[in-house]
Amino acid sequence: MHFLKLILRNTLRHKLRTGLTILGIIVAIVAFGLLRTVVDAWYSGAEGSSETRLVTRNAISLVFHLPIKYQDRIKKLRGVTEVTHASWFGGVYITEKNFFPQFAIDAKTYFDVYSEYIIPPKELTAFTTDRKGCVIGRKLADVYGLKIGDTVPIRGTIYPGTWKFNVRAIYDGAEAKTDTSQFFFHWDYLNESRKRVIARSARTTDWVGVYAINISEPSRASEISGEVDKLFKNSLAETRTETEKAFQLGFVSMTEAIVVAIRIVSYVVILIILAVMANTMAMTARERTSEYATLKALGFSHLFISGLIYGESMIIAFLGTLIGILLTFPVAAMFSAKVGTLFPVFGVSLETIYMQAIVALLIGITAAVIPAFRSAQVPIVEGLRSIG
Amino acid sequence: MGNSSEAIVHIKHLTKSYRRGEQTVPVLTDITFDIPTGEFIALMGPSGSGKSTLLNLIAGIDKPDSGILKVGGTDIALLSEGELADWRAANIGFIFQFYNLMPVLTAFENVELPLLLTPLSFKERQERVELALVMVGLSDRMEHYPSELSGGQQQRVAIARAFISDPVILVADEPTGDLDRTSAEEILAILDRLNKEMEKTIIMVTHDPHAAKTAHLIRHLEKGELDVEN
Repeated sequence: MHFLKLILRNTLRHKLRTGLTILGIIVAIVAFGLLRTVVDAWYSGAEGSSETRLVTRNAISLVFHLPIKYQDRIKKLRGVTEVTHASWFGGVYITEKNFFPQFAIDAKTYFDVYSEYIIPPKELTAFTTDRKGCVIGRKLADVYGLKIGDTVPIRGTIYPGTWKFNVRAIYDGAEAKTDTSQFFFHWDYLNESRKRVIARSARTTDWVGVYAINISEPSRASEISGEVDKLFKNSLAETRTETEKAFQLGFVSMTEAIVVAIRIVSYVVILIILAVMANTMAMTARERTSEYATLKALGFSHLFISGLIYGESMIIAFLGTLIGILLTFPVAAMFSAKVGTLFPVFGVSLETIYMQAIVALLIGITAAVIPAFRSAQVPIVEGLRSIG
Repeated sequence: MGNSSEAIVHIKHLTKSYRRGEQTVPVLTDITFDIPTGEFIALMGPSGSGKSTLLNLIAGIDKPDSGILKVGGTDIALLSEGELADWRAANIGFIFQFYNLMPVLTAFENVELPLLLTPLSFKERQERVELALVMVGLSDRMEHYPSELSGGQQQRVAIARAFISDPVILVADEPTGDLDRTSAEEILAILDRLNKEMEKTIIMVTHDPHAAKTAHLIRHLEKGELDVEN
């Protein structure tokens, strides 16, 4: 009890210094949490992918498309339960800042394959029966204030012109990690419009971006992937099939340098605050050399002295971390609102909170190691002579 | 510990030196003397004569280079750091020139500190602390922090802290060195009472001949060597 009392009162002895150190830890913990959340958001696509889904794309590059006729052939393979397709539209909603992915999809099959997108049946029917209809995610609706019945103009960057879509359905995610920032519309609408504009151009119509394949057994993913690719070997458009997770990670790997940089920065932030904290504890211990020597003279052990320093360090680290963790949530929410739909899934994970807590524990302990060791080692006579 | 007819401190051929860079500076040279139990002794001498070093050795917060140093029959030079800490807690009460109170603890809590190393209950500790503070005339200052007390009052708290665990020896290093004459007189009176009424052996280092007169025995140190004077 007295031990804790002494630690607490020592902690509050230099209120400004303790306050500034705690503030530093708060900033570091929030920054660390935010950066970790950004990294998590980067991987959210891969994390949210299904084990029973494969993605088939053109073997040369994603830029090249695949014929629509592949859909029926893939569906006939043993173990394939459903096949759908999606094509990247790449349009702009009002300004370039309003980024969100738009896909031209097979309205009949897409939401069977992507069952994690929850759409009320009436809205789904309204979408499938309206050629210019679109389905938007809840996050998208919230960010841009869109609602059922609204008309959304999208300026095409790949497909010229301004395309107008009617919001017929808003989907929710089955899980928190489900991306609800996407925009889907009829591939038929895109394909037929293209046919009208570029008559008889077989190379730009009746083609799709990727196929998404639902399989019955995840254990056969590799086997079925091989079978799909074998089907189209030596064809005009050879395929490359992989699990959805591998497909998503392929995108992440393109920007891996950024992810690595963010990770490094998150650790550098912690190193900086560790140095600040260690300096605070070193100053504190140096100022109290005479008091520690007195305690030792009275018969208190080295362990007691070390305990006082470790205790103070842990309290400062604990307070900073507690406030830092609590502040991470509103700061992450603000950040998410600021970046709009750039990160489809942006939330502070439990793992991030654990990491923040572990980091705080390490800061608290590490910052006290040298001051505690030195204070315990200073001879009593020398300590008594020192001026605090 | 021994009785009043025996020497509570037995020192024979004691030497102590400090290293200053490459140099070895002798501080105490071949010191031999005994302090009888219940004695009030003043160690005097000019700065650097080694009187504080001798006091520190007797109090077990420093170790001699050679010689015999027995306090209460225990050869404290042979004790480990841990054993010495326990020994000090049980046998030595410290009074410092600058009081060395914990600034974040009240007078009551400062006096209570040495008792935290004993198995006494809170109630027992409370009774003892209150009694000690009454003895030094600070019953109305128990909840005051050191910064709220005068120098003389702080030194009285330090004295209460020194004798609270009932040690046999009180070591006082310039206990009146930082006080005005009136406060110094009060402190010396308390020390005198502790010696006479509670039979504490007191070893006091002082520059002040007036303070030294309170002691029953005065010994002078000069360049690390001991002289005798009464």
